[in-house]
Amino acid sequence: MFKYQFDWAVVTSGKYFGWLLDGLITTVELSAVSIVLSFLLGLIIAVMRMSNVRPVRWFAQGYLEFFRNTPLLVQIFFWYFGSYKILPQFFNDWLTNTNFEFAAAVIALTIYTSAFIAEDIRSGVRSIPKEQLEAARSSGFSYIRSMQHIILPQAVRITVPPLVNQFLNLAKNSSLAMTIGVAELTYQARQVESYTFKGFESFTAATLVYVVMSITIAGLVTLYNKRVLSPQRV
Amino acid sequence: MDPGFSFTVIWDNITYFLIGRFPHGPLGGTALTLYLAVVSCVLSFFGGMVLGLLCISHNRVIKYSSLAVINVIRGMPLLMVIFWMYFLLPAFMGHTVSENWTVIMALTLFTSAYMSQIVKAGIEGIPKGQVEAAISTGLHPWQAMIYVVLPQGLRNMIPSFVNQFVSLIKDTSLAFIVGVSELTHVATQINNRTMIYPTEIFAFIAIIYFIICYAFTSLSRWLEHRLAWKK
Repeated sequence: MFKYQFDWAVVTSGKYFGWLLDGLITTVELSAVSIVLSFLLGLIIAVMRMSNVRPVRWFAQGYLEFFRNTPLLVQIFFWYFGSYKILPQFFNDWLTNTNFEFAAAVIALTIYTSAFIAEDIRSGVRSIPKEQLEAARSSGFSYIRSMQHIILPQAVRITVPPLVNQFLNLAKNSSLAMTIGVAELTYQARQVESYTFKGFESFTAATLVYVVMSITIAGLVTLYNKRVLSPQRV
Repeated sequence: MDPGFSFTVIWDNITYFLIGRFPHGPLGGTALTLYLAVVSCVLSFFGGMVLGLLCISHNRVIKYSSLAVINVIRGMPLLMVIFWMYFLLPAFMGHTVSENWTVIMALTLFTSAYMSQIVKAGIEGIPKGQVEAAISTGLHPWQAMIYVVLPQGLRNMIPSFVNQFVSLIKDTSLAFIVGVSELTHVATQINNRTMIYPTEIFAFIAIIYFIICYAFTSLSRWLEHRLAWKK
């Protein structure tokens, strides 16, 4: 340890810098695609969870409990190794012709995160007192219109911070995609380590990227909480 | 190509899934998963308590430096923490550290940072007047913390601790990456050996994880309901 020769040039320039940069780009792509998809899926599950039709509600509840209570890594392995037996043939053919590792990671991240997002959306909606809906209905708004103009605009404002946190978790969780060979940031950091033995430098570089990203976004959420969610300061 | 579903692979390997090669070899499988989770949970309870108390300290240096440590750890993916431990522990200890302990240390460090936020919120949830009352009856601020604030705060924290334990159980699956033979690693081994039953194997271990985690999630909900202060 104490005789270790630091060589930061390994990760700040040249070939290995390029690897890390490629890794970062893959992490951003993987996260961005999964964020959009998991938000849409989470919204659908949240609406199903609040439905008046029992089987629909039960399905959503089962979905939430199952995917929140199993490790993401196992889900990634399931979709990557095991999905071919349960997916239709044409879909398998399409998957094998695309970047299957990437697709499996997107599927797993999307399904896993959507379960958490659905719960956040639901608690956002539930935090709006139901008298507001009653008041809107009695002043002549239809159910859809009162949702659209009264309930959802408020619920969305409250739900933004937990949602952003879920997106941040997703970005960090995307590091697990390395286990099935997606060349994202953590994968590349490890790759640089095995090629150069400069693990300290390469892990520091990758860690810095994750930490700076997390702290920046967490700071923005704090700012949002202060500016938007505390009415006395507006 | 498609062999269809077959669950004999599960029953043929059921003890390996549950306890690994124990008692003829080291503990593995589900039992090791639980062992890693329990040991890390106990350690990170104390770690979280210390970090949580440090970051509500009145000393600015202590407060902000512990907050910095907490935020850096919370900003990292767990996988990265495991790699750091794998890499730094032997360097600091001067000798090799077993994979089990590498993972336990990584899980402890990672979870302590999250636990500290639960501790902090739990303590801040106790009205300030109680500390003032305790101090004015002659208690030292530390005594006020230990005898007045913490017993009430801990009660509020229990459901969150149980939730954190559920996350820990799920997080132990990452021990796979450094070759610890817990449940996920055992599953990949069996999958590599049998080749054609990945769907069955990974669905099966997902169900094992689900049963364990769901039991604790339900416990947490029950506790939250049970421990709520009667208003």
